[in-house]
Amino acid sequence: MKLEDALEIVAQTHSGMVRAHNEDSIGTDAACGLVVLADGMGGYNAGEVASGIAVSVMVTEVAAPLKQFSPIQRDEASGEELAITLLNNSIHRANASIYQAAQSQAQYAGMGTTVVAALFYDNRVATGHVGDSRLYRLRGESLELITRDHSLLQEQIDSGVISIEQARHSQNRNLVTRAVGIDAEVMPEIHVHEVLPGDIYLLCSDGLNDMVEDDDIQSIVYAMQGNLALAAEQLIQTANDNGGRDNVSVILVKVKQAFAQPSSFLARLLNWLKN
Amino acid sequence: MTAKLILSLDGALIQEYLLSKERMTIGRKAHNDIVIDNLAVSSEHAAVITILHDSFLEDLNSTNGLTVNGVPAQKHFLQNNDVIEIGKYELKYLNDQVSQTNAADFEKTMIMRAPVLPVSSPADRPGDTGVFKTADLRADRPVATPNAETSLNKPVLPAAAPLAPPVVVRAAIQVLNGPNAGKELDLVKGLTTLGKPGVQVAVLTRRPHGFFITHVEGANFPSVNGQIMDGKPLQLKDHDLIELAGVKMEFYLKS
Repeated sequence: MKLEDALEIVAQTHSGMVRAHNEDSIGTDAACGLVVLADGMGGYNAGEVASGIAVSVMVTEVAAPLKQFSPIQRDEASGEELAITLLNNSIHRANASIYQAAQSQAQYAGMGTTVVAALFYDNRVATGHVGDSRLYRLRGESLELITRDHSLLQEQIDSGVISIEQARHSQNRNLVTRAVGIDAEVMPEIHVHEVLPGDIYLLCSDGLNDMVEDDDIQSIVYAMQGNLALAAEQLIQTANDNGGRDNVSVILVKVKQAFAQPSSFLARLLNWLKN
Repeated sequence: MTAKLILSLDGALIQEYLLSKERMTIGRKAHNDIVIDNLAVSSEHAAVITILHDSFLEDLNSTNGLTVNGVPAQKHFLQNNDVIEIGKYELKYLNDQVSQTNAADFEKTMIMRAPVLPVSSPADRPGDTGVFKTADLRADRPVATPNAETSLNKPVLPAAAPLAPPVVVRAAIQVLNGPNAGKELDLVKGLTTLGKPGVQVAVLTRRPHGFFITHVEGANFPSVNGQIMDGKPLQLKDHDLIELAGVKMEFYLKS
């Protein structure tokens, strides 16, 4: 099963009702099963520059090697699967590129970006994120948040300083504790999850989940799963109807069929010999 | 007026400190801006970072920690009358200036720098490694809106239209034929689904300016007043007649 036939991908972004600029960037590569979303920060157009660099660097760094190598082969240096190594490295590369640009050009000083990325391979998805952009999964009727924000608010919830109910009214939203491009080093969070046919994955910037309750996100994605483009449009429209105070971006990925990595002739032969 | 901290012990006032610098440190050693000479206090215990009219408190990995209004805190956005406790000492934060940083500014994602990995040459700011960096200093930031208290999660009209209080329009659909004839469905949610996901779906959405019907999937497109819909959303009027896969429904507004 080819990856691009197994996955349906829709990506949309909107500057919202208040902001003049759209500092979000989105990128997809259906052939290698990669989706990337970034929410930039910085003065003038630096936010767009940072998120734009992150998306283009990550798509290039992941897609090019996967044209040649299998995502499940082990990387010699790290011992991890190539998919995981590539995703991790691509965030570090993006960090280095943004950091260098920010150091060398005064108008970009201090710029940075969040990222959330998902790489689908071999009936799994490798996820990588930095900051407060999110990945949700709809499985059956239930919507689950897969990523954990790198934000002050999440830290406060984790340490029990405030409850989730208090967090809804907190003024400390939107203070991220990690970002790509603001320091020489970055600490991406990488995980691998099993994927089932029928799953729908939603990547979004905080412009969506700050304006639309999770329950409403669930009812939109669930009701409109038969028409992903309409679902993306409806999510953005709801965020804007609720005030649209930030840029809002969504990427929806629907898993139509299983997509096991075809094993090589050699692997099959070895497997056959073992039995 | 500049914000200030009032240091007291057992209710007895010791000293007042104006938050006149961007970063003020609190600790036992003499080089701190606010010195509390007590062994329960770490040599550099905490810092207060003030940007415009807002102050943030940050614990500098002190041994005994600190609380704000009785709650242990690592980092805290200070509000007028907050009481910081360090050991037996109390620091009251007073700021009668209306905060210039309100909900609109907090929409902006900002980077909070941990006091590690100093970037610029340390000589620029001796001893200053932990900075709360507001990443966006754009001149054309949106004008501060007065609804700072509004919860961001509640669907509210944008502040741009304060003269038009949101009129909550209620509406419902009533089934006219078939086994469910007479049944009424209140459109209380933002989105109401007709049909079964994966097979045949139309949705009714509530928006600030009215109710809309949209075809989502399935071979049957709904019709409104006998007119078969295309793929676009259609705004519903009072007493519109909807027909979907043989089921007739009436849309009506409730006063």
